[in-house]
Amino acid sequence: MTQEEKYTLAKWAMQHALDNGADDVGIIISESKSSNVDVREQKIDTLKEAIQSSMSVRLFVDNKYSVHRTNRLEQKELAHFIEQAIAGTKYLSPDPFRSLPDPALYYKGEERDLSTVDPSYDQLDPKTKVDLAFQVEKEVYQKDDRIISVTASYSDHTSSRLMLTSNGFEGETSNSSFSLYASVSVDGGDARPSEGWSERAIFFDQLKKTEVGTTALDRALKKIGQKKIASGKYDMLVENLSIPRLFSPLISALNGYSIQQKNSFLIDKLGQKVASPKLTLTDDPFLQRGLGSHLFDGEGLAAKKRMVFNQGVLETYFIDTYYAKKLETEPTTGETSNLIFEQGDKNLEALIKGMKKGILVTGFNGGNTNGSTGDFSYGIDGFLIENGEIVQPVSEMNISGNMKDLWVSLAEVGNDPNLNSSWQTPSMVFEGVDFSGS
Amino acid sequence: MRNIDRRKFLKSSGSAVAGSMMLPAFIQSCQGTPLSVEVQAYLDHFGIDLHLLQKVTDKALSKGGDYADLFFEHKTMNILALEDGKVNRAFSNIDFGVGIRVLKGDQTGFAYSETITPEALMKAANTAANIASGSKNIPTQEIVEAFPSDYYGINRSWEEVTVPEKIPFIQRLNDQIFALDNRVSKVNANLSDESAYVLFYSSEGVLSYDYRPLVSLGAFCVMEKDGQIENGYSSRSFRKGFEFLQDDLIELVAKEVVDRTSLLFEATKPKAGEMPVVMGAGGSGILLHEAIGHTFEADFNRKGTSIFADKMGKKVAESFVNIIDDGTLPDNRGSLNRDDEGNPTEKTYLVKDGVLNSYIHDRISAKHYQVNPTGNGRRESFRHVPLPRMRATYMETGPHTREDIITNVKQGIYVDNFSNGQVKIGAGDFTFFVKSGYLIENGKLTQPIKDINIIGNGPQALADITMCADDYLIDNGTWTCGKGGQSVPVTCGLPTVLVKKLTVGGMS
Repeated sequence: MTQEEKYTLAKWAMQHALDNGADDVGIIISESKSSNVDVREQKIDTLKEAIQSSMSVRLFVDNKYSVHRTNRLEQKELAHFIEQAIAGTKYLSPDPFRSLPDPALYYKGEERDLSTVDPSYDQLDPKTKVDLAFQVEKEVYQKDDRIISVTASYSDHTSSRLMLTSNGFEGETSNSSFSLYASVSVDGGDARPSEGWSERAIFFDQLKKTEVGTTALDRALKKIGQKKIASGKYDMLVENLSIPRLFSPLISALNGYSIQQKNSFLIDKLGQKVASPKLTLTDDPFLQRGLGSHLFDGEGLAAKKRMVFNQGVLETYFIDTYYAKKLETEPTTGETSNLIFEQGDKNLEALIKGMKKGILVTGFNGGNTNGSTGDFSYGIDGFLIENGEIVQPVSEMNISGNMKDLWVSLAEVGNDPNLNSSWQTPSMVFEGVDFSGS
Repeated sequence: MRNIDRRKFLKSSGSAVAGSMMLPAFIQSCQGTPLSVEVQAYLDHFGIDLHLLQKVTDKALSKGGDYADLFFEHKTMNILALEDGKVNRAFSNIDFGVGIRVLKGDQTGFAYSETITPEALMKAANTAANIASGSKNIPTQEIVEAFPSDYYGINRSWEEVTVPEKIPFIQRLNDQIFALDNRVSKVNANLSDESAYVLFYSSEGVLSYDYRPLVSLGAFCVMEKDGQIENGYSSRSFRKGFEFLQDDLIELVAKEVVDRTSLLFEATKPKAGEMPVVMGAGGSGILLHEAIGHTFEADFNRKGTSIFADKMGKKVAESFVNIIDDGTLPDNRGSLNRDDEGNPTEKTYLVKDGVLNSYIHDRISAKHYQVNPTGNGRRESFRHVPLPRMRATYMETGPHTREDIITNVKQGIYVDNFSNGQVKIGAGDFTFFVKSGYLIENGKLTQPIKDINIIGNGPQALADITMCADDYLIDNGTWTCGKGGQSVPVTCGLPTVLVKKLTVGGMS
């Protein structure tokens, strides 16, 4: 759809809903394109291309609320779809807390380029994509006798969202990303350790195109001979890429829904010290070329830079319009953007060097956190460290504890934020974590 | 499956609560192939004819591919949800389109279109064709209609059911949960129903269709006492119509979620380490899904990346161990009348009498291993390529009793309530997260335990199943498998079994 066709369709859909009994309406038209190529054994394994578009309609009818999505965008069908949706909504119970956001909090269209989309996305030729995937494979293909399988892939994605609401919001976002990935399996006797590595960027030119295959191979080879070690309390160094598994329960506990529905272990903790003084981070939506950058959130609320934790003190919750009303507070935003951590002064190697005895965790395997209590238990693999040296790959072990204690035990933060993600997590050291093994 | 006659079919597909279809009628094919009324209704539904199917398939093979298929899908989903005492939100989704796949040996070209017009189909076919680079060498085949089986009986399709008919069941679920225990402080309940029309055509001339209902009812509850907050979840899911909603189902889910949550108030974490684990009948089937099922998926084995890659025909477990992946269980969430590659589903023995008997195959892997497909080719939607995927994975009954097994354990744990699991295919390390269970001390269930991860190694755990009871049970909770970023509905089941040794998360 052209820009104009999109606006026309969205405005028409909004008006149609208003004309047919809706009191307020939010319309989103999403479009996306992607392509993907996987290569194996110097041949293309899978070649995929996709284009999609859909409309989602948020309806507020007689204080009742519903959301509907369809990829059938022909006007006559949409008209029927919207009418039926309104009819269905009327049977629901009223919910006095439902409304569109306060227009005063909306993004008002200030121009600011956050560089979230590569304008040359469509110019990239298919051969370049395939060649890149082959280049990743070539880095390691038949480079080591122990290799069982190498899969290399190139993928890209671009998307746009147009959002309109009946109380005056208009805004559009566009994003793109390019990525390269390699997965390498190696023969380790009985087990066949497999490790992956990926690089990702918003701009094609910015994408790191080398050492994807070799990094995956190197990581897989290091896993040969992994075994479990004795249960006990160990200091735990978690590699930057793996931190989100431990950090997401914390973010989830700060969400308005979790708090109001009592599925949070951080209820009524604003302004209190809930984590180690080493934990300082901001949610920064305005980062240039940030993978989570945006000018407004999914509801249209103007983006704001916010301190989340300041030396372990909780500074904000993530609360959308609905749960703000239920909790009788002001909305912030229902989602994170770019999470930027205050860094320490050591990289992963230096953190390893500084460890007397502990376990470096490089991957998680299953596990979960109880949202209400914060109790967690996760499977891990990684390496045993003694006197600053890696001495043994370990696997088939669990860590268990409570999130509140874990984040208080944070002893050190690395200087190696993961720039391939909107959560730019560095490596971190936690003291005295319960590991179960043999 | 209940065959819906054509008129009713078209009528019912127009009465969906949150949207309906109005498709252009195309002129019917002039070919002489006799078709059933049902398949003709599906062709009409998607606005296509046989001539177009063949033309698109020819285009897909025009660059030398050796096989092509077209997967048309129209899915309507409705969710009604309750929070803070009232059914006060609804969500719906309509998804419509066709996926076109071209194979050249093990290689796949794939594209999809959300509009079904001749131009859009030809364009997608042309894109998918690019996996090959030559010219067409497969002759156009005669069309053969393949009839679907009848594994899900529907008395009343969800498309005919209105919002006010569903609401009272969800409301009652909430009210019963609150009535059962005065510690209940929050309930989230929801009902999700789905109706999908699927039409499949391949360059081998196979034309088939399926109507797939899927429904799930779930409740999440929070209880509070003296400052302690605990939560629990319970759900049931089937391929059934409106008849799924019964008073006894509501009672069952309400009681189960309250029982599960109540138990947690007394529960603690066990001591960490290796110990015998008794897996209670039912949901413990997650053990099979993670420890064994994924590693038996033939795409991993074809690439040599599975720890079971060279174990076919070898003894991998005690002789009483029979593990099955089944796509034919009546009304089961994991069942399919035909898989997403048009193949009949079946009851596949993965392990028979302790010997590795079959992998889980899709078309590509079956060809690779030169065996018949097992009906495990599944995809999340027309937007995805089929992969070898599980359906209902379970173990048959064994020679012991539940009591024998528990009595046999001096120090260990008993587990029967789970939330999620994962496996690393190559290393074989699998995990599952235990929401609750009990310590076993001197042959008796004692202290309740909660929120621990269990980790083991697939081949080792399979060999370590030393006892198996006679109480086989399928768990009909809302299980979803997320392999390769594609979600598909599955189930699992197990009789009570003893795994001699697994590593249990806990405190030192």
